[in-house]
Order: sequence, then C-alpha cells, then structure tokens
Amino acid sequence: MELNNSKIKIKAKNLNVFYGKKQALFNINLDINQKEVTALIGPSGCGKSTFIRCINRMNDVIDICKVEGSVEIDGAEINEKNVDVVTLREKVGMVFQKPNPFPKSIYDNIAYGPIIHGAAENKDQMDNIVETSLKKAALWDEVKDRLNEPGTSLSGGQQQRLCIARALSVNPEVILMDEPCSALDPIATAKIEELIDDLKKSYTIVIVTHSMAQAVRVSQKTGFFHLGKIIEVDSTEKIFKNPANKMTQDYITGRFG
Amino acid sequence: MTKEQRLKKRYRAEKRFKMYGLISVSLAVIFVLILVQNIFSKGSSAFSRTMIEVEVNYDSSLLELDSPINQNSLKDADFYDLAVESLLKIYPAKDSKEERQILRLFSPDYEFEIKDFLIKNPNKIDQVVPVKITASDDIDQLNKGNFPRDLPEDRRRVSNYQLNIYDNLVEKEKINKKFNNYLFTKGDSRDPELAGIGGSLMGSFFTIIICLVLSFPIAIMASIYLEEFAPKNKITDFIEININNLAAVPSIVYGLLGLGILLSVMEFPRSTPLVAGITLSLMTLPRIIIPCRASLKAVPPSIREAALSVGASKFQTVFHHVVPLAMPGTLSGTIIGLAQALGETAPLILIGMVAFVVDIPSSPVDPSASLPVQVYLWSEQAERGFVEKTSATIMMLLGFLIVMNFIAVYLRQKFEKKWN
Repeated sequence: MELNNSKIKIKAKNLNVFYGKKQALFNINLDINQKEVTALIGPSGCGKSTFIRCINRMNDVIDICKVEGSVEIDGAEINEKNVDVVTLREKVGMVFQKPNPFPKSIYDNIAYGPIIHGAAENKDQMDNIVETSLKKAALWDEVKDRLNEPGTSLSGGQQQRLCIARALSVNPEVILMDEPCSALDPIATAKIEELIDDLKKSYTIVIVTHSMAQAVRVSQKTGFFHLGKIIEVDSTEKIFKNPANKMTQDYITGRFG
Repeated sequence: MTKEQRLKKRYRAEKRFKMYGLISVSLAVIFVLILVQNIFSKGSSAFSRTMIEVEVNYDSSLLELDSPINQNSLKDADFYDLAVESLLKIYPAKDSKEERQILRLFSPDYEFEIKDFLIKNPNKIDQVVPVKITASDDIDQLNKGNFPRDLPEDRRRVSNYQLNIYDNLVEKEKINKKFNNYLFTKGDSRDPELAGIGGSLMGSFFTIIICLVLSFPIAIMASIYLEEFAPKNKITDFIEININNLAAVPSIVYGLLGLGILLSVMEFPRSTPLVAGITLSLMTLPRIIIPCRASLKAVPPSIREAALSVGASKFQTVFHHVVPLAMPGTLSGTIIGLAQALGETAPLILIGMVAFVVDIPSSPVDPSASLPVQVYLWSEQAERGFVEKTSATIMMLLGFLIVMNFIAVYLRQKFEKKWN
C-alpha cells in the first residue's frame, strides 16, 4: 500500500477540544486519505469519538464543548463561523455506535435526508434513491418487500445497515463510523465489515473501533489515540506488524487498554 | 449472626415490606370506595324527579284571550287563574290557608308547566287533560324517602294536611317519578327541584376551552424553546426554578392575580368564563410546561444525532423528530393540567364566579357558574334537595375528570404504539 500516492481528503491541524475546563484532544494532526478506510483505535475515553465528531461538527450540539484548531476537507476549513453545518453534514455522513433508526418506516428512514435537502423532485426519483441507498448498504434484498414496516422492527445488524443506507442517501463524500459494530453479533459485524470494504471504493471512511482485528480487516491506515493525544499514525500493516512506538505495541498486543 | 439467621432476617424484611404495601393499597382503595359510595348514595336520587298528575281544565274563558287561539296568543296568556283552579281541585280545602298548603305541594313553576303543555298540544283547549307537574322539593324528598314522617308536626316541613293529600295522591297513583332532565337543562335556582347544572356545565365548558386555547400553545412553545433552543445559563436556570415554583403556588393566589389585574385594572366582565379561563390558564401553564419538558427530555439523544447527522437543521430535528416523539407525554400532561383546572374552585370564587346566576351562559362573556363552584354554592344550602344535587354535581365533575384522564392514557398508549 503506497500512502504517498493517495490524495488527502481530510486534514486536521493542531486540533484541541475542551469539554468545559477538561481538555479532551491535544494538538491532533491527522491526514485522512480519500477513498480509503482509516481506523482509529485506542482505549476508552482517549478521544477517538471526539475526534470524528469534529469532522462533521457534531460537537456543536454539546454546549460545553469548545473546538480549537483546524479541520480541512478538500482544503476548505470547516471550523469557521460562516460554514453551514447542514451542507457540511450532507457531505460528511455519520453512523453511530448504537443503531438509531428513526421510529418511522424503513422507506421514511432513508427518504428523510433527501426530503430535507430537496434531492428528489418526484416519487419515482425518491423510490430510486431509497432503492440505491439500500442496495449500497446491502439491505435491499432483505427489506424490499416490507419498506413500510417500522425501521425499529429490524434486527440490530439490519438496523445498523439501515443507518448506513440513511447516511448514504444524501450522497456524502465521507462516512464517519463511531464503533458501528460494538452492539452487534459477529455475523452482523462480518456483514458490516464486508459492506465497509465495498463502500471504500466510492467513499472516504473513518471508523472508530475497539476491535484490533476489525481495524486490521477493514482499514488501510490506522491511528492510535491515547489520553487525547495521537501516538502513532501509519499504514495498518505497519502499525500492527511493526509499530514504531512502545505504547502502540503494548496496546495492540493487549498489555493495556 | 449466622448466615442462616441473616437469610431469614432478609426474608422477613421483604415480607414485612410487602405487607406494608398491601395495607396502604387497601386503605387507599377503602377510602375511595367510601367516598364513591357516599356520593352515589346521596346523589343518585337527584337524577329522578317526583311528578304529580293533575287534571287540568284548559278553560279558554279563564285565559282572557282577546285574539283567536294560536301559539302566539297562548304564549302571552296568563295561566295563573286556570292553573290555581285546577290544582286546588286535587283535594278539598276549607280555608285559604289550606289552599296555600295545596299550592305548596307543587314547584313554583306549575303555572309555566301547565302553559307549556298547552302550547305543545294546542288542540287540548277547552278539555280536561291529565298533566304531570313537578312536585315541590318537600314532596320530592318525602317521595324519595328522605324525610322522616314520624317527627312531630312542628318539626317537619310537611304539615299533617299535606301528608294526608300526599297519601291520598299516592293511593290514587297520581304520584310518580321521572328522569330529572331539569338537572341538566336548567340553571341555578332558589328552589332545589328547579335547580340544574346546565349553567355551570356551560360555564365550565367555556372556561376549559379558553384555558386550553391559551395555555396549550404557550406551554408547548415555552417548553420546546427552553428544552431545545435556550442556552443553558443562569437566566434559563432561574426561569426553570421559577416555573417549578409557580406550579406549586396555591391556586387562590392566581385568583387574587385575576381579581387584581383582570378585573380591577383591565376591567374584564366579572363572573365570566373569559376571566376564569385566563386566570386558570395562568395557573395551568407551569403545570403543563413541566410534563412537556420532561417528555421532550425523554426523547433519546440518539434520535437527535441521527437527524443532525443527515444534515437536518436544529429546527428540523426538533419539529420533525423530537416533538412528534414527545407528543404522547405532552398531550397527557396537557389533559391532566386541564383536568386540574376543571376542578379548581378557589381562584374562581375570587373572580366572582360565586354569583347566583340563573341564566345559562351563551358565550364566554356572560356571567356564569362553574361545576366546582356550583358544588360549593349548593353545599351551603339547607334544603335537602340541594344535598342530593351537590352530590350529583360532584358525580358529574368526577365523571368528567375520569373521562379526561382516560383520554390522556388512551392518547399516550395510542401514540406510543405507533412509534414502536
């Protein structure tokens, strides 16, 4: 894997995040390559989730959270006041730790994003968007006959794929995944991982995971976080085979965390 | 202590606690049953009315009609002489004192009841027709068995002479009972047999509608703003504390506010559902805001994140997802707040709704009574007829409260099912 040939999609520079007086991220510098899966690993509370929530500015929702520094997507700064978060989040989708479908039908779950962005002009176009999104999320065959059933009636793994389909429905460029498999069984996890592998052809994916094996399986690049600092970033192969830092070595071999 | 002893002690503690719970639940049930039994035993007789059948001679010469007989001329006619003559025939009277006693067997409205019958049946003119006339409260209560007959005459409201007439009428099967429609169609009256809750029902209805129209939108908007949009700082903390305190303010204080501001400064019409509705909505506002905020808070944050992450704005997130999910709690909170307002008495007394109002209000700016105040007014009256009417009104009020609470439960369950 040649890192240098890849185009940089997201560039975090000197990123500091504070929750009230407590600092959660310290001077994070991280480049995320286009159409590649970047995994973020590290012990609980190390700031991985906080970091990816900076990429679509979900931290804005938290009153006491203050973000300093710069995050650039395609060279454009997103942390400025005049950046419209709605447009940003259209471009940067997110999948959460626990599947969180809307308590609406499967169809409405997917259609919601396109509706608020005015992406479809008529019912046919909307049907089309719903179908392609579900197909991309490898869920279409399972739910095509029951699109009007509530999204919450699906199994956990299906719900998570529904959430991925929902994120895809607005045609994002980047997909952030915050431990998308932590609430799923191994079979559902395998399906999601397969899906991630497929999605990386068209999307830039950042995934936070607690499973080292998962990072190895799905990602091309891995960043190791510890206590709000980024310890080591490199190709996944290098991180897991021959980490430069002792702490990374200890973590991936299960000596702490 | 050995392990076994500790185990036994633990079991005993659990058993003891279960027993305490059982005792408190049964005490509560017993008290409710006593209350309901008491109200029903006193109030159920108010739903029937004693009628005395009288042969009325519709003698047109007594009506002194100048124009040909039709419904209009009958409406203007004076039926007093005709009525008195027919009523006095039910029993022989030897002097005017006894004649007065005979007339007192009937409700003071006998003249109009006789008149109304002819207006409805104009072909009965110059005929002798049996007409059922409402009995006075004394005879009504006697017939319902609420008056002890074995007291000495000077301690009874019904004289021996009247008792004789009553027994005679019972023998001739001229006394019967019918459903008391007056209870629902008439306004207040000094005569218990003619008093009804029609006026207070309408008054309460207008009051609650005004209260709903004012408090529901304001409370919803306030809770959505405070819960979803307002920055969390000292000012909003202060507002929150004040809302919680306002919900605990005694209701009579709101009555004083209504009296001081609405009646004295703004000079709104006294004793009207308008003022009552505004006053009660002030009282209800914090009581609706608190459950509304609680149900908004109960919507899981993951739903908000889901909406935000597909690019919904804050406004869209709140109104497309959070508010619909919070609706069941919001609606039931509103209905329970309104139910409290419906049963509120103290503030209404202060804004003059205790006035004696005979007419049924036709708009919210007419003077009116309301159900709880009607209970208060009648409970002060000495006549036995008002005692049963008081209980009947309480039954109606409780009925409305139960219905409203059921609606609240139903809405909560219906909407929650839809989301799961």
